[in-house]
Amino acid sequence: MKFMLMMNAPRGNGEWGVSSWTPDDLKNHIAFMKTFTGDLASRGELVAAEGLAAPGQAKLVRAGKDRRPITDGIFPESKEFLAGYWIVDVDSPDRAYEIAAGASAAPGKGGEPLYMPIEVREVMSAPPVEV
Amino acid sequence: MTRQPAEFRHENLLRELTPQVLGAVIRRFGDFGAAEDAVQEALLAATQQWPKEGLPENPRGWLIHVAARRMTDHLRAEAARRRRETEVASDPSREPRVVPSIGLPSLASLVTNAGAARTLRDTEPDDTLILLFMCCHPALSPSSAVALTLRAVGGLTTAEIARAFLVPESTMAQRISRAKQSIRTSGVPFSMPTREERSDRLASVLHVLYLIFNEGYTSSFGTRLQRTELSGEAIRLTRATHALVPDESEVAGLLALMLLTDARRAARTGPDGELIPLDKQDRSLWDQASIAEGVELISRTLSKGAVGPYQLQAAIAAVHDEAQRSEDTDWPQILALYALLTRMSDNPMVALNHAIAVGMVHGPRAGLDRLKALDADDRVAGHYRIAAVRAHLLERAGEYEAAIEHYRMAAERTTSIPERDYLTSQAARLAAGETANDE
Repeated sequence: MKFMLMMNAPRGNGEWGVSSWTPDDLKNHIAFMKTFTGDLASRGELVAAEGLAAPGQAKLVRAGKDRRPITDGIFPESKEFLAGYWIVDVDSPDRAYEIAAGASAAPGKGGEPLYMPIEVREVMSAPPVEV
Repeated sequence: MTRQPAEFRHENLLRELTPQVLGAVIRRFGDFGAAEDAVQEALLAATQQWPKEGLPENPRGWLIHVAARRMTDHLRAEAARRRRETEVASDPSREPRVVPSIGLPSLASLVTNAGAARTLRDTEPDDTLILLFMCCHPALSPSSAVALTLRAVGGLTTAEIARAFLVPESTMAQRISRAKQSIRTSGVPFSMPTREERSDRLASVLHVLYLIFNEGYTSSFGTRLQRTELSGEAIRLTRATHALVPDESEVAGLLALMLLTDARRAARTGPDGELIPLDKQDRSLWDQASIAEGVELISRTLSKGAVGPYQLQAAIAAVHDEAQRSEDTDWPQILALYALLTRMSDNPMVALNHAIAVGMVHGPRAGLDRLKALDADDRVAGHYRIAAVRAHLLERAGEYEAAIEHYRMAAERTTSIPERDYLTSQAARLAAGETANDE
């Protein structure tokens, strides 16, 4: 069964704001994420993982009456943004939660665990049952 | 490392020979993991050379020979590597030195130890079975066992398996490599399980084959074809297993169940991949040859005694398949079979299907009463299937509002896209006031 693990980070200079981290904090965090994702790959569980560009570059897009894109900057009041995601293929939901907890505890300022909320959603891929 | 089945006409032969060749190489050299890699390389060599040079006189011997040569190369490289490491470690200047790759004294012992008495042409009819027992060992997680079985016994490439499961090839390669590692560390010998172990281990094999078959039933956009091949592969492997142990009635039961279920494949989805339930299927699309084979197999097996869950499920599938029209279905017979199955296995999904049969024979109210017991079962309480069955029974009982609610609840909970679409349309149909097309 496949799950998408979405890492939501707060915007700006909130409590995890990376602008207050030391270079070593950053280095540890990046090294952790690299090892974490590498470990998922070596266990044969990783389907995909991506980090997303900062929300300052994000656009909201809608189709206009002529079907052409109308873009808008992302709204500043949203407190959290999707920073990145993993899609994993595992044997049980519990394993997906375990992986999410691992990501949640990624080190932040001073090497302390961030305890980020990770949203875990199952990918629709189950076989239909014949009635 | 992708072979191209469509363009290679010996693909079926190769896949059939895979476990026999692997068995022979393991008997000669030991080391399941390395032997399995060597066999994959031999299969690849065959797809490159046979179309140009023609089919060898003895394809199996050819493959064993090539795989054994790869295995010898591998062992030689390993011995050289080990020796290099020792020398580097003992050399104060730590300068890596070139070590001649032939004539190492350790090589001869490595190569001859494992099976000096056997010639490489020896293959044992039981090798396929031993390999199945190994690859489906309970020490492996279900997904690892499935992947390893498809490669080592089914002869599929890692790329093909990865495509079928919609994961990157590197991920599948790691999964297979870890599965081999688990086999190595658990110390499973390359031999038949003992008499005491046999029935449990056979149950693991059947479960893995069933999982492969079931995977083939997942339809996702653009990938249905490749996944369908998984069901075909599961049938092929189960057929081979049945041929090896014709007296194991549950193997026969599983094969019959697969044939009788797969027979309805063409009718069970519409042009856009939408799910068509059994009672609405165009039965002229059912594969009569598969049905005949499945019915014959399950009838013959049931008459021998020692009835198990797979046989009962096959018998139920046979009753469905033998009905010319949905309304001809012998529901009392199905109900009796579910009653037996419920007594045999404490599986809430079986209890759920039992409730459906009760509803068909004794009316929707009786079916709904049966469902109540399942609400108290922690294993399935809140499962979308309960909501879906309840919705159907409520609709038949004329409680449309409640039926809509439960169809929607089921649609929210399922993780199958075709099923969600089906359930959502059922709710929409009822909400639009169409109620007559059920019975």
